[in-house]
Amino acid sequence: MRDEESTPVRNQAGLGRTLVAAVVGLVYFFPVIWMILAAFKTRADALATPPKLFFTPTLEHFWASFRRVSTDGAQVFDTGLDRNFANSIFISLASVALALALGALAAYGFARLRIVGRDHFMFYILVLRMVPPITAIVPLYVLFRVTGLGGGYIAIILVYTAFNLPFVIWMLRSFLDELHQPIEEAARLDGSSELKILWRICLPQMQAGIAATAIIAFVFTWNDFLFSLLLTSVDTRTVPVAMTRVVGADVGVDWGVFAAIGTIYLLPVLLIAFFLQSQLLRGASFGTVPR
Amino acid sequence: MTGIAVAKISELRAARAASPPAAAFVAPALMVLCAINVLPFLWSIGVSFFHFRADHLTTPPRFLGFGNYLDLITDPDIWEHFVNTGTMIGFSVSIQLVVGALLAFLFHRRFPGRRLVMMLVLAPMLLSTVAVGTFFSLFYDPTFGIVSAVVRPFTGAAYAPLGTPFSAMMSLVAADAWMWSPFVMLLLLAGLDGVPPYLLEAAEIDRASYWRRFWTVIFPAIRSVLLLALLFRTIESFNMFDLIYTITNGGPGTSTESVSTEIYDTAFVLFESGRASALGNLSVFVVIVLTRIYFRAIQLRKEAA
Repeated sequence: MRDEESTPVRNQAGLGRTLVAAVVGLVYFFPVIWMILAAFKTRADALATPPKLFFTPTLEHFWASFRRVSTDGAQVFDTGLDRNFANSIFISLASVALALALGALAAYGFARLRIVGRDHFMFYILVLRMVPPITAIVPLYVLFRVTGLGGGYIAIILVYTAFNLPFVIWMLRSFLDELHQPIEEAARLDGSSELKILWRICLPQMQAGIAATAIIAFVFTWNDFLFSLLLTSVDTRTVPVAMTRVVGADVGVDWGVFAAIGTIYLLPVLLIAFFLQSQLLRGASFGTVPR
Repeated sequence: MTGIAVAKISELRAARAASPPAAAFVAPALMVLCAINVLPFLWSIGVSFFHFRADHLTTPPRFLGFGNYLDLITDPDIWEHFVNTGTMIGFSVSIQLVVGALLAFLFHRRFPGRRLVMMLVLAPMLLSTVAVGTFFSLFYDPTFGIVSAVVRPFTGAAYAPLGTPFSAMMSLVAADAWMWSPFVMLLLLAGLDGVPPYLLEAAEIDRASYWRRFWTVIFPAIRSVLLLALLFRTIESFNMFDLIYTITNGGPGTSTESVSTEIYDTAFVLFESGRASALGNLSVFVVIVLTRIYFRAIQLRKEAA
């Protein structure tokens, strides 16, 4: 992370820049503001023409996204959204943790040890991240149907782990490449095992990098729609898929509820955008553009 | 003397033996990748030579040879999907590069409140594509949508952006470009940090025009990141699925159907798994070529550094 104080003075801009940037930022952010506002509007306000900017806020959609009352008011359904949120959190965390563990080992192997055809491996690992996800899903769908793993947690967690691994390996390898190696050489001469060098010397030095990698992998998984749509069942469904169910629900398109779910789902990601900007920067380039 | 040396060497040997070989480090990750990515891919290469339906697993597949591939490359609709995808990539990625560059120039300098304002700009790329897609489809609604509300006072009639093929495509492009311009901005910010300050100062002292300063000092420094952004966004836009699925669902007609949505329809609506796999393999081939160029660009950048 760049130290704000060390920036040369000529790189400082004044309040004028703040004003311009704030206007640009708000315009850019407008669609998100619109969604958040829609979450607090009554159904009539949300669909008013012309669209309303001022209205009396309501929290009904936030309640309704968890408990839906039938149109005659007699029955209360559990929408299962709490389950979807728990799934999203559990599946994202588990697959990111697994991808980090396996990815750290592999990255160390590719960065420090002799592996024949290393560049070819790195290239094809990158290809695995780049191919259209839909092409992988067609065979996976059949594979999971045949093995009976389909719809379970194991299947979807493994899929996300594999989806995140290429990114994790590329990122962690680039962080390993930047470490000061003589310390490791010394440990190696003293008879440390490679595993111990990775665990005791390398990993503690790259905590910021690991955090960046974990966050971006988390965002990928958190937002993914396609894998979850086709490879999860009612029990393991994540929020992005549940959201589309709200849109197609029997009551018609309930924009308020949709916006409420979207707003809750957006919160962790907004926090990331605020606190971890420099980590995002590193992640955008698969670790290939150092700060 | 010799005894000590021998002891030392055998100790080292023991340490070597105790530390697992390189293969053991990469094997677990490669095993997961093989099971989830490579094997299914090999399977889909196999299946692409057959007539096979995933909803009738008991019906034996019928061998077609290159039948699926011949069908695909002689099908004008498939070419239309590739052309659609290409057009969308062209528009979307160029907009992303321009908007991303403008944002990067705006945010390159430090100013009070920069972190907060940048959060507003970064948010779109961190949103769920489904949420973005569904919300943009509300914006594009002719009756309730905000786009129609803005246009109506001028034309006097409701406007349906998703009504005609070209405007539907531009609506998708707008959503995709909005989401991913911040990504280009991030990459370019890293590039701008690499502009040597002394060169800028020298240019300033020489009273070079801003335009000239840009082309002679700034552009050479960000060229390689710009290339990375271009390639990465091209590949990702090629894979675009969620936005199309939620905003236009391929319509009107099939005018905004991309290669990915076509694979989805073939595989999960028609359940023609063989044909879907063949189309998938064709697009994987396209992506491998693009990734090769991307990989080369990364290596060139590393060598230059």
